[in-house]
Amino acid sequence: MAKKSNSTDKNKEIIGSLKRLGTQIYDQLENGVFPTINMPSRSIDNINYDPNLRQYVLGEKTVTRSSRNIRHLKPFTQLAWAALFSNELTFHKKTSTLRDVYYSAQAYNMTFKNQQESNNIITDLETAIGHSREEFHIFPEERSAVFGDLTIEYTVPGYEGKTMNLSAHPDGVLIGPALTSSKFAKTSADKIIAIEKGGLFTRFIEENVHKKHNSILVLTSGQAPRQTRFFLRRLSDELKIPLFIFTDGDPWGMHIAMVIISGSANAAHLRNLNTPDAKWSGVWASDIVKYKLPSDPLDDVDIKRLHELQKDPRYQEDPLWQKEIKTFLKIKRKAELEAYARYGLTYIVDEYLPTKLK
Amino acid sequence: MAQSSFQEISASDFFYRNRDIAGFTNPSRAIFAAIRELVENSLDAAESLKIPPDIYIRLSTQSKDKKDEQVFKLRVEDNGCGIQPRFIPSAFGQVLYGSKYKLKQMRGTFGLGGKMAVLYGQIMTHKPATIMSSTGQAKIYAFKLMIDIQRNRPIIMDRRVLVNKEKWRGTIVEFYIEGDYLRAMPKILEYFKQTAMVNPYSNLTFVDPKGRLYKFSRVTTEMPDPPKETLPHPYGVDVELFQRLIYVTKEKNLLEFLKNHFHRIGNITAQKFLEFSKLSPTKKPKKLSHEEIVTIVQNMKKFKEFRPPDASCLSPLGQDLLEAGIMKELNPEYIVVNQRKPSTYAGHPFIIEMGMAYGGEIPRKNSFQIYRFANKIPLLYDEASDVSYKVINSINWRRYKVSPDLPIAIVVHICSTKVPYKTVGKEFISDRPEVRREVANSLREISRKIHHFMSKREHVNRERKRISVFAKYLPRIAEFSTNLAEKEKQPDIKKLIASVRKYGEEE
Ligand SMILES: Nc1ncnc2c1ncn2[C@@H]1O[C@H](COP(=O)(O)OP(=O)(O)OP(=O)(O)O)[C@@H](O)[C@H]1O
Ligand SMILES: [Mg+2]
Repeated sequence: MAKKSNSTDKNKEIIGSLKRLGTQIYDQLENGVFPTINMPSRSIDNINYDPNLRQYVLGEKTVTRSSRNIRHLKPFTQLAWAALFSNELTFHKKTSTLRDVYYSAQAYNMTFKNQQESNNIITDLETAIGHSREEFHIFPEERSAVFGDLTIEYTVPGYEGKTMNLSAHPDGVLIGPALTSSKFAKTSADKIIAIEKGGLFTRFIEENVHKKHNSILVLTSGQAPRQTRFFLRRLSDELKIPLFIFTDGDPWGMHIAMVIISGSANAAHLRNLNTPDAKWSGVWASDIVKYKLPSDPLDDVDIKRLHELQKDPRYQEDPLWQKEIKTFLKIKRKAELEAYARYGLTYIVDEYLPTKLK
Repeated sequence: MAQSSFQEISASDFFYRNRDIAGFTNPSRAIFAAIRELVENSLDAAESLKIPPDIYIRLSTQSKDKKDEQVFKLRVEDNGCGIQPRFIPSAFGQVLYGSKYKLKQMRGTFGLGGKMAVLYGQIMTHKPATIMSSTGQAKIYAFKLMIDIQRNRPIIMDRRVLVNKEKWRGTIVEFYIEGDYLRAMPKILEYFKQTAMVNPYSNLTFVDPKGRLYKFSRVTTEMPDPPKETLPHPYGVDVELFQRLIYVTKEKNLLEFLKNHFHRIGNITAQKFLEFSKLSPTKKPKKLSHEEIVTIVQNMKKFKEFRPPDASCLSPLGQDLLEAGIMKELNPEYIVVNQRKPSTYAGHPFIIEMGMAYGGEIPRKNSFQIYRFANKIPLLYDEASDVSYKVINSINWRRYKVSPDLPIAIVVHICSTKVPYKTVGKEFISDRPEVRREVANSLREISRKIHHFMSKREHVNRERKRISVFAKYLPRIAEFSTNLAEKEKQPDIKKLIASVRKYGEEE
């Protein structure tokens, strides 16, 4: 196991890509032409769902950013800077957050109008070199957590070779750069359970779900951040164990699960952020009926969202999705994960989970 | 029933009682009006000889007290044509006496201005006015005068004759006036600035009561040809004028009378007109009945065959001088000027000249800065009643890429043998369709030119900005890529930057 997580090789690959980009620009300047950069287009019409990969991918169309074009000139410069900045991060094995990028730019006398602008440039850089920003050491702010019997081995500077068991801390361990870049050394778990909400995550730990069900618990805190999705994919791939996802029983919860499974259009230029074989285990619309869960009526936005999802290509894969969407639309009700509390605190763990983890 | 008593009043009495209509409304306004009337007389006097005017104006304090309203001594000295001694007393001591009643484009028209100033001063201070003048001959004549208001006659207090050793030519007027200089000051200075703008060949020197010196120096000695006297055009004649002409004429028959006293009436036109009016060419003018006179005057307006008045008697400033004047006083970034072809209203020829100036020292306000002039004098009051104000505000400026919040000044000059003032105070031009049309046409022409300028300027700015963007970012790209590619030296990007410039070349 742990064959492709050698982060030093990875770093070399990234540094190589960035240097190639720099050399390409340098050579064009040296030849007296305005430098251009080609990259796949991220426009809607170039984002396709690939049923084989079971995720969104970018099509054939490319765009050219040309420094000859006055409107491209500033973003082009920002991109060149971002490449240099990322190169330094990766080389020194330092990490930075998206927020840091925005501020660091000022130290180089580069300006970004706002955080959004710098985020966009980082996305451009991902597209241009075909690697996710986490690979060149730029991480988002949001963090989620993991808990369970998994021993990891750090690769970050200063911790190389050190190990830790992820059940060491009862609140769970933050999923950050040090964790996502670590090697997975040892585990007794045979499944992963991803949970949308912190309250339930804590309850699962208290109720020893990790032991009772031999599982690694992951808190997504709503829509899972990219590095958490990346982490889930690695867990599932490298440990070769299935992933089960528990969300609220409404279109939004359902879609949190879907993004973990099939990815998002925003990340169509990247790979390995989704776990196609993961399973959405609830709360389903049919669970609301079956378990007579306390529920609320669907709002107009909920219904509108359901109709959108009905047509979404990702929802065509597994008949489960269409069936549940239809049920939602029929019963016009939604329920939260906590709704199982009506049967007592342990019901969800002792009665409901076992039926769902198959 | 109450007994009403009737009393005849003289012209001077009338104007004294109604001094408002001549602009002498209050102490601050009076001091401004006095300066203005004398300066305009001086400008007329110099221009009539086509001599670049040198005018020296001094206002000095008499009383030392700190009251706002004080007595000032006003002295105005010029290098104009001077006045012959026998005319001096009436010129300054008899209201409605003037040399400018003839048809001629001049600043003065009513035979009133100078006297109102002297009269106002006399009433408030009971002191005589001193006038010294020479036409450049052997003698200088000095008069001390007061006005007999009831009888509208000058009272000569003192008369002196001096030897003119230096061959000095000009006029000095000096009298006392009560007024509020501090309140009048902004208007007075504005008046000088604008007068300098429209008389760029003049030197104006003003010393104020605090001893401060304001100098408005000429930028040229070029002057327009002086205005020429002209006869009244039949379209502009009224019964009163016609009767006056009959009174003075020496002609014995109507044909000759028409030919010699009216503009644009020659032999054939005179005959045709008399036929049209069913009058005999040999009829004696002095024998015309009142009814006949009324009919002739009416027919003069109906008859279609008079050629329009000839404008060669006018003395417009001309585009070059207008531009020089605007440049000198406003110091803008850019000026456009336009002179319209002569036009006429009610038998009076007139010419509209306009200028528009942008940027430079012109301040940015919420409205255009409008400078109005008539026969080369500035009009400083009642802007909103003026025809040009109305025209300027009715134009759709967006068509010309121009908006009132830009630093733009608009200069309007009308010159005519009879400026269509609304009042004796010479404050604003009345809204006559012919005048309005010419102002509008002229404005459109300068607006088109300014539009052209603004577009070009915008283009140049855009170009400059474009180049600066390249100059800013390309070196950064070079720097970053050099580091990223781990190269030793940065690529040379001078050529690239230069290539951006090639089609953005500025003049
Ligand atoms: N500085 C001067 N030099 C030569 N002549 C003068 C001067 N000042 C006045 N005059 C003569 O005196 C006359 C009367 O001047 P006044 O200002 O009273 O009337 P006006 O200039 O004819 O008309 P307006 O009332 O419009 O000023 C003038 O017409 C002019 O002939
Ligand atoms: Mg006058």
